[in-house]
Amino acid sequence: MADPEIKSYEPMHDNPSAAVTESRSARTVLMTVAFVFLGIFLLLPLIIVFKEAFAKGVGAYFASLNDHDTLSAIHLTLLVAVIAVPLNVVFGIAAAWAIAKFEFKGKAFLTTLIDLPFSVSPVISGLVYVLLFGAQAMLGPWLKSHGIEILFAVPGIVLATVFVTFPFVARELIPLMQEQGTGDEEAALSLGANGWQVFRYVTLPNIKWGLLYGVLLCNARAMGEFGAVSVVSGHIRGMTNTMPLHVEILYNEYNAVGAFAVASLLAGLALVTLILKTVLEMRYGAELAATRGH
Amino acid sequence: MTTTPAQAGWRFKQPSVIPGFGLTLGFSLVYLTLIILIPLAGLVWRSASLGWVDFWRIVTADRTLKALEISFGTALIAAAINVVFGTIVAWVLVRYKFPGRRVVDAMVDLPFALPTAVAGIALTTLYAPNGWLGSLLMPLGIKVAYTPLGIIVALVFVSLPFVVRTVEPIIEEIDKEVEEAAATLGASRFQTITRVLFPGLAPAIITGFALAFARGVGEYGSVIFIAGNLPKVTEIAPLLIVIRLEEFNYAAATAIAAVMLAISFAMLLVINLLQAWSRKRYG
Repeated sequence: MADPEIKSYEPMHDNPSAAVTESRSARTVLMTVAFVFLGIFLLLPLIIVFKEAFAKGVGAYFASLNDHDTLSAIHLTLLVAVIAVPLNVVFGIAAAWAIAKFEFKGKAFLTTLIDLPFSVSPVISGLVYVLLFGAQAMLGPWLKSHGIEILFAVPGIVLATVFVTFPFVARELIPLMQEQGTGDEEAALSLGANGWQVFRYVTLPNIKWGLLYGVLLCNARAMGEFGAVSVVSGHIRGMTNTMPLHVEILYNEYNAVGAFAVASLLAGLALVTLILKTVLEMRYGAELAATRGH
Repeated sequence: MTTTPAQAGWRFKQPSVIPGFGLTLGFSLVYLTLIILIPLAGLVWRSASLGWVDFWRIVTADRTLKALEISFGTALIAAAINVVFGTIVAWVLVRYKFPGRRVVDAMVDLPFALPTAVAGIALTTLYAPNGWLGSLLMPLGIKVAYTPLGIIVALVFVSLPFVVRTVEPIIEEIDKEVEEAAATLGASRFQTITRVLFPGLAPAIITGFALAFARGVGEYGSVIFIAGNLPKVTEIAPLLIVIRLEEFNYAAATAIAAVMLAISFAMLLVINLLQAWSRKRYG
């Protein structure tokens, strides 16, 4: 098997020879095109956020953040994420458990349904709740007579956020748990563990990095969602304004520093998300392999 | 082959010693139904109760048709731009070694992580007539902000990762021996790429295109800042839904949403069929 002839070809894979790569000039052209494209479409927008935020100095930046409405927008965004993300984590784990550990009819269809919110416009995600809970809608009059506020209040914002972030955790965990199979769990069961112990001490340690990965993406979307939340929030300043909605209000009032200061916090969150995501992929790439490439 | 009575019958679930099937599936179904299915069914029910005449009148109104045309047209162009540049980016990221490759690779996911409203105001500031890029393009007679071109720019941004991320793993999987064989048999590098490598990449590129297109059609947050939102010129369909809602014209909002939803689901079906087909064909 260890044919010396074949072995001598091995270095080709690391050291590109003319046969399996492009000419030097072609490579330069392709790399230039890629970098210019990414520079214009990714790097410049990111730079301009921070440049505009600090356009009038550090003092103006912090002054605009230390505003009552801005602080309440930050508070609401954190509150919504703290409710919406755990809900989808519980769902994601439950759905992945049922789909990955068992064989049942209609499994593929269920998986497609879970991905459904990704193909619905954010505006429509908000609209469906307006139709359900709005004043001239189905449940509207009943809710009103019972003094329950959903639309133009925090519950509506949470619901819309849960809708748009619905698939994130589940779609990270399903392929991961499918790949891991049921061998570990069966071994634990045969040794006398109960169902909860199997999950807590066997499954959870196996999926923790994938779970964290899903939570990270889910959280980024939950805090940044604009369209769906915009439709259900009613834009009440200091009351139902999340950070992305507050960015819009400040921007439309020509308060560029204020808008970009809040935007810079969201951009910072995006950068932290990307860094953590990259670290997870580098450290636990093999464990996450099943979930890569989406 | 003899089958025992238990095996012969229709069976919802294969037997398993793992516990928790009823609990987890039950919870998932209830949650899915409450959060996703009932609200979506409500939308379908509302649009069905409009009646055909009203539905047709709303959907074929000049302003609605133009908005749909703008949404689908700009999304199509943006997805096509991403096919070209996304494939090049994926190729460069997988095949070439350069310092900072990992940082560039991580940056590709920025549009997934950056809130759309932030992207919207950043792109508008860049492409406004006095912005960094807008002031460069202005002397050339190219106006981006507040024109359909601006919508395309925003959609290129938000759908940028889709093509790169679907094509990247497929390029990683290419067996170099195939290229070596092609080279040995006398193919030029260009022939190897277009005749040998590209057909293998095509399903991933088409999937990436479809995902980018689907995302672009529904996009709202990043577009409304840069578009200028002039009816029949730069007014996208999701914005028209919002406008109708603000006018308390629920019927019109519902009808437009139903049309968009129907087209999105049709595209989802096509994407799934494409993926099934490419799995079958290319393993």
